[in-house]
Amino acid sequence: MERNYSGARNSEIELRLLIEAIYLKYSYDFRDYSGASIKRRVTHALSQFECNTISALQEKVLHDPKAFMQLLQLLTIPVSEMFRDPSHFLAIRKEVVPLLKTYPSIKIWIAGCSTGEEVYSMAILLREEGLLDRTIIYATDINPRSLEKAKQGIFSMENVRAYTSNYQHAGGQRSFADYYTAAYGYAIFDKSLCENVTFADHSLATDSVFSETQLISCRNVLIYFNKKLQDRAFGLFHESLCHRGFLVLGSKETPDFSAYGNQFEPLVKQERIYRKS
Amino acid sequence: MNNAKGLPSIEAIVIGASAGGVEALLNILTPLREGFVLPIIVVLHLPDQRRSHLAEVFARRVALPVLEASDKTHVEAGTLYFAAPGYHLSVEQDRSFSLSLEDRVHYSRPAIDYLFESAADAYGPALAAVLLTGANRDGAHGLAQVKRRGGLTVVQDPDEAQVATMPRAALDIHQPDHILTIDGIGRLLVELEQIAC
Repeated sequence: MERNYSGARNSEIELRLLIEAIYLKYSYDFRDYSGASIKRRVTHALSQFECNTISALQEKVLHDPKAFMQLLQLLTIPVSEMFRDPSHFLAIRKEVVPLLKTYPSIKIWIAGCSTGEEVYSMAILLREEGLLDRTIIYATDINPRSLEKAKQGIFSMENVRAYTSNYQHAGGQRSFADYYTAAYGYAIFDKSLCENVTFADHSLATDSVFSETQLISCRNVLIYFNKKLQDRAFGLFHESLCHRGFLVLGSKETPDFSAYGNQFEPLVKQERIYRKS
Repeated sequence: MNNAKGLPSIEAIVIGASAGGVEALLNILTPLREGFVLPIIVVLHLPDQRRSHLAEVFARRVALPVLEASDKTHVEAGTLYFAAPGYHLSVEQDRSFSLSLEDRVHYSRPAIDYLFESAADAYGPALAAVLLTGANRDGAHGLAQVKRRGGLTVVQDPDEAQVATMPRAALDIHQPDHILTIDGIGRLLVELEQIAC
């Protein structure tokens, strides 16, 4: 008689082993990412890598760092836009900037900056408010290729057209085209925007705080984490922010249900702008 | 486990709808009585607008508590949830919600496929999935995945659907347990709930 095995399904076992293997081999820690999204991305990677099973994919990435770097591109989601949720940036201009202006120098951390859209949005806003020259921006991400793209500041014109409308709705004071040069279907953004930007490899899952900051922007990153990892990230933000520092999040993110729920108070709740209490 | 009526014991209901979906959903959900115990999770495609009032609209007409599904909150019994516009909605293994911003599927975010596929993993045979009227092909693969994991699948009768494209796309790749009219779907939900109680 055959034994009835009632344990986890193969695909679940294989997924956990892959994530563990990536952590042990490459120190990228996806163990506390939200499972459903990771599973979809790994499933998508199977077809890209022409693997029939996650085990086969694991063997490939374990023995070939180049294959891992390719997989990393699929595991991290570079979906972003400039001035995403224009009303959020408008609220930063109106409610946060006047308070930021009281600091002689400002440090801003953009955590999970992906390919740089948030960085350029913030830099443009700060320039128009006369703050960029006395601001240092730390833009961090776990994906080196995304950081490289962010540094280059080249975006497709097709996307930039959508960003232009966002920029205008976000209270932009000039013509958006003032900030880039268009060539061959691409927009190359003004390098001077990034003069005080440091792009750096940093993981909210494994690294610690590196600087005191007045404002942290971490938008649409925490939704990919489970509660435990969200708590870790909020802990880092709390530690890094100065007294009464600002935390700005994505439109569906909140510290309310985290272990740090009472350590941040809403400044503009609707726009997910919080202050360290 | 099936009961005398041949219906399985269900712990959650997921519903996907697109064009014509608001009316279809109201017709299914307004007759449900207060105290309906199963959670109902809905992805309804809407034209892009960042702040939707779906939850408010349905809260006025439906006896169940109605919420927009929030990231990392637990799926509560007897609650009607809507996916937030602009984000994909998934159910995790621990039966909490998670939101994500992966690319659109069939031009849609939220995508019905993402909700159905993740809920199929989370609930297995204890899930009922219902696909309603719509003008694209979203939901067909998700429905097939629900079936593969042993769940119950229901497609709105294309002849009755306001837009038949979505039900037909599902029927092209998948033979559901039931093809029903809106009235029939409403009655089935009530029966599933009675078994679950």
